[in-house]
Amino acid sequence: MTVDDPAHNISQSIPRLEGRQKVTGRAEYVHHLRLPGMLYGKIFRSTVPHGRILSVDVSEAAAVPGVFRVVTIDDIREVLPDPYYGPAFHDQPVLADGKVRFAGEPVAVVLAKDPRVAAQAVALITAEYDELPSVDNEVEAMTSDIHVHDELKPAASFPDLNHLKGQSGTNVALGYKLRHGDVEAGFAAADHIFEHTLTTQPVMHTPMEPFVSVADVRDDHMTLHTASQGPSFVRIEIARLLGWPENRVRVKVPFLGGGFGGKLYIKLEALVTALSLLVRQPVKIALSMEEQFFMVTRHPCTFNIKSGVTKDGKIIARACEVIWNGGAYADIGPRVTQKAGFTAAGPYDIDNVSIDSYAVYTNRPPAGALRGFGAPQIAWAYECHTDMIAREMGIDQVDFRRKNLLRNGRPQASGTLIRDAALDAVLDRAAERLGWSLPFDPGGGRIKRGRGLAVAIKGITAPTTSVAIVNLYGDGSCGLYIGTVDMGQGSDTVMAQIAAEVLNLDASKIRVMHTDTDVTPYDMGTLGSRSTFHMGTAVRLAAEEARDKIEALRVELDEPAGSNIPLSELLRRKYGMQAGNIIGTGSFIPEYEKPDPDTGQSRAATPFWGVGAAGAEVEVDTETGQFEVTRLISVVDVGTAINPKLVEAQISGAAIMQLGFTTTEEMLFQDGQLLNGSLADYKIPNMLDVPRDFRNEFVESRQQDGPFGAKGAGEISTMALSPAVGNAVADAIGTYLLDMPITPEAVYRALHPADGDA
Amino acid sequence: MSGPRDITFTLNGRPAAATVKPGETLVDVLTNQFDLTGARESCAQGLCGCCTVLVDGDAVSGCLYMAWFADGAEINTIEGLADGNTLHPIQEAFLEAGAFQCGFCTPGFILMTKKLLEAHPDPDDDVIRHFLVGNLCRCAAYPEIVAAVKLAARRLRDAG
Ligand code: FES
Ligand code: FES
Repeated sequence: MTVDDPAHNISQSIPRLEGRQKVTGRAEYVHHLRLPGMLYGKIFRSTVPHGRILSVDVSEAAAVPGVFRVVTIDDIREVLPDPYYGPAFHDQPVLADGKVRFAGEPVAVVLAKDPRVAAQAVALITAEYDELPSVDNEVEAMTSDIHVHDELKPAASFPDLNHLKGQSGTNVALGYKLRHGDVEAGFAAADHIFEHTLTTQPVMHTPMEPFVSVADVRDDHMTLHTASQGPSFVRIEIARLLGWPENRVRVKVPFLGGGFGGKLYIKLEALVTALSLLVRQPVKIALSMEEQFFMVTRHPCTFNIKSGVTKDGKIIARACEVIWNGGAYADIGPRVTQKAGFTAAGPYDIDNVSIDSYAVYTNRPPAGALRGFGAPQIAWAYECHTDMIAREMGIDQVDFRRKNLLRNGRPQASGTLIRDAALDAVLDRAAERLGWSLPFDPGGGRIKRGRGLAVAIKGITAPTTSVAIVNLYGDGSCGLYIGTVDMGQGSDTVMAQIAAEVLNLDASKIRVMHTDTDVTPYDMGTLGSRSTFHMGTAVRLAAEEARDKIEALRVELDEPAGSNIPLSELLRRKYGMQAGNIIGTGSFIPEYEKPDPDTGQSRAATPFWGVGAAGAEVEVDTETGQFEVTRLISVVDVGTAINPKLVEAQISGAAIMQLGFTTTEEMLFQDGQLLNGSLADYKIPNMLDVPRDFRNEFVESRQQDGPFGAKGAGEISTMALSPAVGNAVADAIGTYLLDMPITPEAVYRALHPADGDA
Repeated sequence: MSGPRDITFTLNGRPAAATVKPGETLVDVLTNQFDLTGARESCAQGLCGCCTVLVDGDAVSGCLYMAWFADGAEINTIEGLADGNTLHPIQEAFLEAGAFQCGFCTPGFILMTKKLLEAHPDPDDDVIRHFLVGNLCRCAAYPEIVAAVKLAARRLRDAG
């Protein structure tokens, strides 16, 4: 059997391996973990968005019966002399250190055996601040003389940030640049120039299992049980903080109750580790739903986009300036800035492009990765902008996009060639499902109808590594050891399918080990739609090595090639009893060329292209601004669908989530204070929000170097959805909304501008 | 205020007793004293349904339901739904329809579906969507959940 031979596991909707545990309520989450002697930590948070800490009075809290200890940064320093962490900048203190930078920042922790006692004691802590003026908006932060950090502290792990070390007097954590052709010459040659500024709002992941970590530090080793999407990174960063070798830090991750990019890098892990180190007992911190809003959010951005177009509808120049509101700590914002920046001109073949993308600090909760690494925010801007151009020029929106779309073999603005990207196919399918070529009823009177579509592209975080181990036991059964975290996307099942296909086994019989860094090998993280492609390839390679070893064993035992004696029998013959293992390992890092720092040019900037399109229909009540998304179509290029049902569920789930980010979800701030940090006031989609006509599809395609032709899909349907809805609303009401979210109020204001704010 | 209080109740068909503190919720007691993990706290505000428990046959939000109210009550949780190793038809239907991703909301949805099908043995989409609107699934497995409910309804009706 060759690797690419379709056997019995690929393109099969095999049920989730862990399904039974989930319907019986017995699946394991850190949420439920209790260890002997464990203390619970509850967090006291800053009430001001920016200020110097004058004093923190913990005396009353410490006196509460049942309180074990109250901890501030001074205590943390006893065990961690340099208590700062972060994936891109070492800018985030384990607890506020002299200064608070957002309202909601952790300042102190109460430890108690009973979490209720700890929570009551937190209410007795008081703090005094010397309040500083704060900066909230990303555009202001670019030039403000209010500085969130006194100096920039880039982490060594991002060599491209080294030059920022020690810079002061700025909120700009990173500027990313791309130059392709000559954008000014392009504008000069264009017949029409269009320019718009669009914005997106702050939103939050709100996983149903809120952030939770448990640390158990012993004398010479420690174990972290954490709801994390990136256990390998957690181990490296915690080992760095402790000054310990990696082999003394064990990170264990069971199932996650949702992640969506939030549970990446360091969240509660540094804090619980420091606390456990300090009190020499296991410590658990489990956030409430409300507290999650202070942990990590999605970057809002302001995007100024300008295009030069010829009279026959060819885009020949596009300039993009994107400013990302990263909040008080950089988290992975610099990567969002680069990775989303790099496709900010959209999926179009444009000869002259300039992109400037900036990560800026503000006095807001930190922003990080959320299902798309910035791609949905930029697609909102470039696809509404593209639609506006077509409409103003009187060109059909689908024709206009087709005319300008990037095609396989053409260089994207970075110089990296487009390949295995089914852009035409996803656009055509969305248009077809929408009945684009058929007459459309625009409604009449009070109720107006509209339809819109959009197409989008993203690059994938690179370069990143995945390592896998396939272990076949004495009875021939198989264990798969991987660091990919199954947070609901179905990776356990898909990885088992890949291994099973190579080894000619039944995927449902493979056991996938939950990540335990003492046992499972390195993986960069479960993020950015990378697992199926990267870990899938590592698993394929590991399984192939195991298969080769089985063949070698057959030869050693004088079995004819291709004999079908089972492995258990081979091992029994070799070892004289049920014993031994066959172990295959696989390691994968895709080809990558670092982009030129001045031009962003690279021949291999991304391992594959994420490609998706969406179509929407809306009905708008023009008197009230109420609207309904009556039809929503998401089409994604997934390469080969290894598990069609699971990938469809990813497309669907991401689409509904993005519909929330498009229409109802917005973290509202006033004077730096979050106003709606709870599910009561921050509305995520429920069952009634799913459009009546809701379709999720993938197109026939193949990622040549992906495992069995597959590529990643977890985020892709988030990209084109918002502009598709926005363009549909514009079609109905005749006005484009430039700012997300699209709410009835915004629609009403667009329809009745004269009513003003009165 | 009063101190801890002893209560007795029926838990998944078996007699049970607990000492509960004032302010302790049903989900606290089930988790900490009975090691049941199916009802789980997420929003803690009665808004998501992850903590759903059946009390005397009614679905309640275990995160808000004071444990001492359970005195004398019949409590049923997801752990009591299967018959030994044989899953309940609703659980089977959720499995077959792929009606979850991370699974955190799943026990709540399954118990709510049980209530739904008791009231509406043959529900259409509208009935399902309205009945389950109080359960939130951030993974948004909503279309698959609707399919699972219909599948379960058919199975239960066929079984008579
Ligand atoms: S946790 Fe009880 S309803 Fe959300
Ligand atoms: S399956 Fe994840 S919250 Fe519902």
